[in-house]
Amino acid sequence: MEAEAKAARRQMIADTLAEYPPKTAKKRGKHLNVYDEGNPDCGVKSNIKSVPGVMTVRGCAYAGAKGVVWGPIKDMVHISHGPVGCGQYSWGQRRNYVSGAVTGVNSWVVMQITSDFQEKDIVFGGDKKLVKVIDEIETLFPLNKGISVMSECPVGLIGDDIESVSKRKSKEIGKPIAPVRCEGFRGVSQSLGHHIANDVMRDYIIDPAANKEEPDFEPTPYDVMIIGDYNIGGDAWASRKLIEEMGLRVIGSWSGDASAAEVERGRKAKINLIHCYRSMNYICRHMEEKYGVPWMEFNFFGPTRIAKSLRAIAEHFDDKIKEGAERVIAKYTPMTDAVIAKYRPRLEGKKIMLYVGGLRPRHVSDAYVDLGMEVTATGYEFAHADDYQRTTHYIKDGTVVYDDASEFELERIAQALKPDLVGSGIKEKYGTQKLGFPFRQMHSWDYSGPYHGYDGFPIFARDMDLAINNPVWRMIKAPWKKAE
Amino acid sequence: MALRQIAFYGKGGIGKSTTSQNTLAALAELGKKILIVGCDPKADSTRLILHAKAQNSVLSLAAEAGSIEDLELEDVLKVGYKGIKCVESGGPEPGVGCAGRGVITSINFLEENGAYDGMEYISYDVLGDVVCGGFAMPIRENKAQEIYIVMSGEMMALYAANNISRGILKYASTGGVRLGGLICNSRMTDKELELSEAMARKLNTKLIHFVPRDNIVQHAELRRMTVIEYDPECQQAEEYRQLARKIDANGGKGTIPTPITMDELEEMLMEFGLLKPEDESIVGQAKRKSVA
Repeated sequence: MEAEAKAARRQMIADTLAEYPPKTAKKRGKHLNVYDEGNPDCGVKSNIKSVPGVMTVRGCAYAGAKGVVWGPIKDMVHISHGPVGCGQYSWGQRRNYVSGAVTGVNSWVVMQITSDFQEKDIVFGGDKKLVKVIDEIETLFPLNKGISVMSECPVGLIGDDIESVSKRKSKEIGKPIAPVRCEGFRGVSQSLGHHIANDVMRDYIIDPAANKEEPDFEPTPYDVMIIGDYNIGGDAWASRKLIEEMGLRVIGSWSGDASAAEVERGRKAKINLIHCYRSMNYICRHMEEKYGVPWMEFNFFGPTRIAKSLRAIAEHFDDKIKEGAERVIAKYTPMTDAVIAKYRPRLEGKKIMLYVGGLRPRHVSDAYVDLGMEVTATGYEFAHADDYQRTTHYIKDGTVVYDDASEFELERIAQALKPDLVGSGIKEKYGTQKLGFPFRQMHSWDYSGPYHGYDGFPIFARDMDLAINNPVWRMIKAPWKKAE
Repeated sequence: MALRQIAFYGKGGIGKSTTSQNTLAALAELGKKILIVGCDPKADSTRLILHAKAQNSVLSLAAEAGSIEDLELEDVLKVGYKGIKCVESGGPEPGVGCAGRGVITSINFLEENGAYDGMEYISYDVLGDVVCGGFAMPIRENKAQEIYIVMSGEMMALYAANNISRGILKYASTGGVRLGGLICNSRMTDKELELSEAMARKLNTKLIHFVPRDNIVQHAELRRMTVIEYDPECQQAEEYRQLARKIDANGGKGTIPTPITMDELEEMLMEFGLLKPEDESIVGQAKRKSVA
């Protein structure tokens, strides 16, 4: 980017910060930057407590542990342990699809199960109620393969001993019961919740299962695990399909459409393939250290990255798989070429501004590039320093980068950069549209999807076109205002 | 008369419940209509008035019934000596749940259900120290107008009195709570009266009464009675009557406390010879090394 344009962008950040009180401006100034090519990171601070009053869109540890990591495991029952609101208001928001299961019989992902704390449970402690909930779950849902206890804030405040209850009841029912200490007040965002969830998965499922026999399981040299794909709108299925088509065997998918057995056999893969690095790198590192399973990141957004990832995965295997990767790429390329031929003329040169969670702000960017678009600004809600290092592999010189951006900052930056599309979450959606910008939700795919894999690309391209070229955006100018 | 709300605070084991029940019994002799609200999970703030430990606390009954809304006032209100009404908040067994939240729950229940109607005195008896927001409930918004701190000449009792004053100060600006005074429940320590008076001055309050030590209190307690009831003629009963009259006359005369720093408190204790000046050279020295 030309020095002049870059300076203008820096000035825009300075002007935005100037609206804050000095102390806030100083703090937030460290989270906003214009990227200089060649730098090893994006030049922003991350994973720091949000500034009170700026309306952060971050979630909490409970959201990270239950909503992201544990919730999608289909044949376990996940208890929202505490008052009813946390479970109720986060119910079904992530659209984690499941297959081969009947809700209420052997799958509970779309159900909301809570211990519904009342005043007396706070005063007298909730351990007795937890015992009762576990007993009721065993009676109502005997086919469950285990239970997770997702601790809400009050449970931590009053110091309930959910670990001892879990241990006792687990022995009694002969299934794993995992106490997850993901009280919302812990940490600065949902990110700590992911970490806690990973640790509990390690201590209560994976390591205890290390000596467990799985007689029906016959290992092959082509076994892999997909990790950190939550099957939002069927994403994990689109990914799994490609990996299977190239000749590998997917022995587990974490945790989208996962069963408890798939989690237990975690250590048995030849390599772990991780999609969302931020939320599940911890468990990959553990399996590497303890069981010697290597892991690698992959990216299945858009044909360029898919082909690159398929080849990188194949590098870890023999020629049969390498040929398989080429075969898969060759099979789908005509289709993706056709998609690009159709949509690129309509999307060429369009600019997008992204603000998502812990992975997509970088991972989706080349899918836009495949369609001829340009990522002009991007940022994360809850990323860490290593995410911003990885981001440099994707973004171009002069890209605006924001960490834990406030509503105000996003609004100001959008007004200054005038993107053709904004991709973010439900909380940003309507404000952005009212400013006159087309918008797509990039957490839930705006109830569309999948966007992963070759299956996802045509849907992705179509959705972006629908948003950007929707004629409604030409009609929003007030009739009494002169045309520009 | 207008409703007077008072509360007794003080270090654990200092004799809050004994002092408050004896004093309230003396107030009842004067014909006052009194309600005692016990805010201690042990539920023993009304034992001497009722001649028994209250079996049905607000929270235990609420837990049994399912929720506090299912509870009737009659279930928890007991009448004891000279018509004193007694309620125990109760709470969880030690080590579980949140007793502080329990205090908030019960006080709200009592107010909403008209337990205070027609009363002249509401007295809260609160456990030990103001450890959390729940136990500060009687100090907060429009509850107790005056706090009486039961203390003695012992060091830890003075620490606690100072800490409680900090709690009162915190809420004094937002609500009407004031420090009514210190009540010294004598432990026969050195210069106890002088020390208590000095402490009262430091805290911008007064030593409202010095209750001497007398074994008859223990004799009465063994019979689950107040001295007032057990032996109305004795000198100790007269002491509690004096305290009762002073409290009765003290309405609206509370002050905003001026808690002191740890250093000031220790200085004061040194002045009275309770604390030796610190020898900086021995701080952090292990036994073996200091001998060598």
